[in-house]
Amino acid sequence: MLRKVTLLAAALVLVAGPAFAAGKAKEPADIAFSYEGPFGTYNQAQLQRGYKVYREVCAACHSMDLLAFRNLGDRGGPFYDPKYPNANDNPYVKAIAAEAQINDLDSETGDAIKRPGTPADRFPAPFANVIAAKASNGGIAPPDLSLMAKARSGGPEYIAALLQGYEAPPKGLTVPPGLNYNSYFPGDVSAGWSGDKHHTPAGGYIAMAPPLKADLVTFDDGTKSTIKQQATDVAAFLMWAAEPKLEERKQMGAAVMVFLVLFAGLLYASYRRVWRNESH
Amino acid sequence: MSGHSTYQPKSAFTRWMDARLPVGRLVWDSFVDYPTPRNLNYWWTFGGILSLCLGVQIITGIVLAMHYTPSAAGAFNSVEHIMRNVNYGWLIRYIHANGASMFFIAVYLHMFRGLYYGSYKAPREVLWILGCVIYGLMMATAFMGYVLPWGQMSFHGAVVITNLLGAFPIVGETITTLLWGGFAVDEPTLKRFFSLHYLLPFVIAGVVVLHVWALHVVGQNNPTGVDPKSKADTVPFTPYATVKDGFAMSVFLILFATFVFYMPNALGHADNYIPANPLVTPAHIVPEWYFLPFYAILRAVPDKLMGVLAMFGAIGCLFALPWLDTSKVKSMRYRPQAQLYFVIFVVICWILGVCGGKLPDDQVIPGLSTFKLFDSELNSYVWLSRFATLYYFAYFLVVMPVLGLIEKPRPVPETISSPVLGDSDKKD
Repeated sequence: MLRKVTLLAAALVLVAGPAFAAGKAKEPADIAFSYEGPFGTYNQAQLQRGYKVYREVCAACHSMDLLAFRNLGDRGGPFYDPKYPNANDNPYVKAIAAEAQINDLDSETGDAIKRPGTPADRFPAPFANVIAAKASNGGIAPPDLSLMAKARSGGPEYIAALLQGYEAPPKGLTVPPGLNYNSYFPGDVSAGWSGDKHHTPAGGYIAMAPPLKADLVTFDDGTKSTIKQQATDVAAFLMWAAEPKLEERKQMGAAVMVFLVLFAGLLYASYRRVWRNESH
Repeated sequence: MSGHSTYQPKSAFTRWMDARLPVGRLVWDSFVDYPTPRNLNYWWTFGGILSLCLGVQIITGIVLAMHYTPSAAGAFNSVEHIMRNVNYGWLIRYIHANGASMFFIAVYLHMFRGLYYGSYKAPREVLWILGCVIYGLMMATAFMGYVLPWGQMSFHGAVVITNLLGAFPIVGETITTLLWGGFAVDEPTLKRFFSLHYLLPFVIAGVVVLHVWALHVVGQNNPTGVDPKSKADTVPFTPYATVKDGFAMSVFLILFATFVFYMPNALGHADNYIPANPLVTPAHIVPEWYFLPFYAILRAVPDKLMGVLAMFGAIGCLFALPWLDTSKVKSMRYRPQAQLYFVIFVVICWILGVCGGKLPDDQVIPGLSTFKLFDSELNSYVWLSRFATLYYFAYFLVVMPVLGLIEKPRPVPETISSPVLGDSDKKD
């Protein structure tokens, strides 16, 4: 009895401990991403589509400081090619990098110059600094996207839901100028709500205008470019960006688990053998 | 227990060494020949598991420190550099971050075991107190370690916790200024926390040596609480305890690996992947799960200073435990009433943990409206934590002293081997 209660309590602490409700926003819908589960891997075609959405839409306002072009060709990445284990040699990655103009110094004169990117360069930021980012975006700097999929409760599902969550504000809700109503954004809209106090709409005001439109991005693999498709793909891409070693981690995990289970079995057999003549 | 040494050096070298620095003899007496009660159950394997945890944390921590930058501008990105660019950096960091949680899971089970079987009672008071010192050092180390990634929860957690010390009259302000290295949590705070976070594990290792030393002087307690009386009651540590501890460790490692490889961020908070920003306070500042019960006790008390005192008092009770428990019988196996209070205590600790993770004014039973009692609705986590806090302290300050005097324990066996060999009693 005691043992059961203790184990149950320990299990509940593990499960319930870090689970916190975040605001009064709507709960994001579950998405069956390919990287979920103990053997999950990223869907490369999806990452490529997601990268295109990021590059053509998100990157206009959001930086992604922690990523370099070479990461795109790393194992598990959108443009990984087994022929080029060193991503710096990957011609696709080189071509993508060369499209970007990178701020640098002329090594002869020291003058500020722009040069085409190389795989070793980080993704260029859309604004020179935070002040410029704020000034161009109504006083709120668009957050860096490198870790977005891990930095929000709900992760990629939340991102996909948020990008699709720009509903028309319910009747009776006044949206402040420069902001947008989004039912998945955590916040408090009660100040602008003139309806029933007990039924304040879910969600909050977000500075980002609805970024996605159907057919805004043309997918090279012919996938129909709906808002849902764009949102899901970019969410998967952001998950890869936040956790690029996920495939390596799960692969190693499988090997470690097999080893540990065998090792534990061996030790249990030894334990039984050592103690076979001892009462306890 | 630390009786006559049976060490026999076999080779010429070990004989030569034994006459000069008898390390071999120490190891033999402590980890091979050392008599272990034969009736230890799996709750006794957490000591070994904890040494493993400490070793893992120190080794991974040393490697992390090779790549980490302790500066407000560089800390967050250096952690991400470890995650993305350092070979197996993601593995080392996830082991270290989840290792802290594993360490606390093991230490809590180790402490509850000591509590249940009366391992703090004479002659093990010093052993128990050294354990409490280790626990305190672990909490300090873990708290400072959580600040190092310099994420939002790191920063604002540090602000909340260090501010608590300011509640002490007269010395409070001096303590916080000294801790911060200035007048707010900032660069100097991060630097001294890093330095101390590197130092304290070695202090822990030192106290662990004392803890093990004290253990080897008085010997291990056991589920009956009756100390071994003859050789029939014990088995040599090696191979009997080593193989059992080894099996338990490997099972524990399976749990550990499940977190590291399949849910590495489950025990962390999403906000800590946002770089620290002193100007933006997270909607809900929560400490790591292992601090939540004490955080709940802190917030249960309306007055700041009293709250801080209650929080430290909750840990202080543990130190006084050997003298708070008046029972003549060590193990609760023979104390049915104490068992009941103990089970409630464990549940209460869990409830406090849940309360610590909620907003104080959130409803415990959603939708049930109640009346306002003093400052808050009765159906709120703050009131639940108040009731739980009351039980927490009552357990140590009322139940422990009083129950020992009034209860009627079941008969205790003469020796360890009598209930085991006789096989008449039930095992719990």
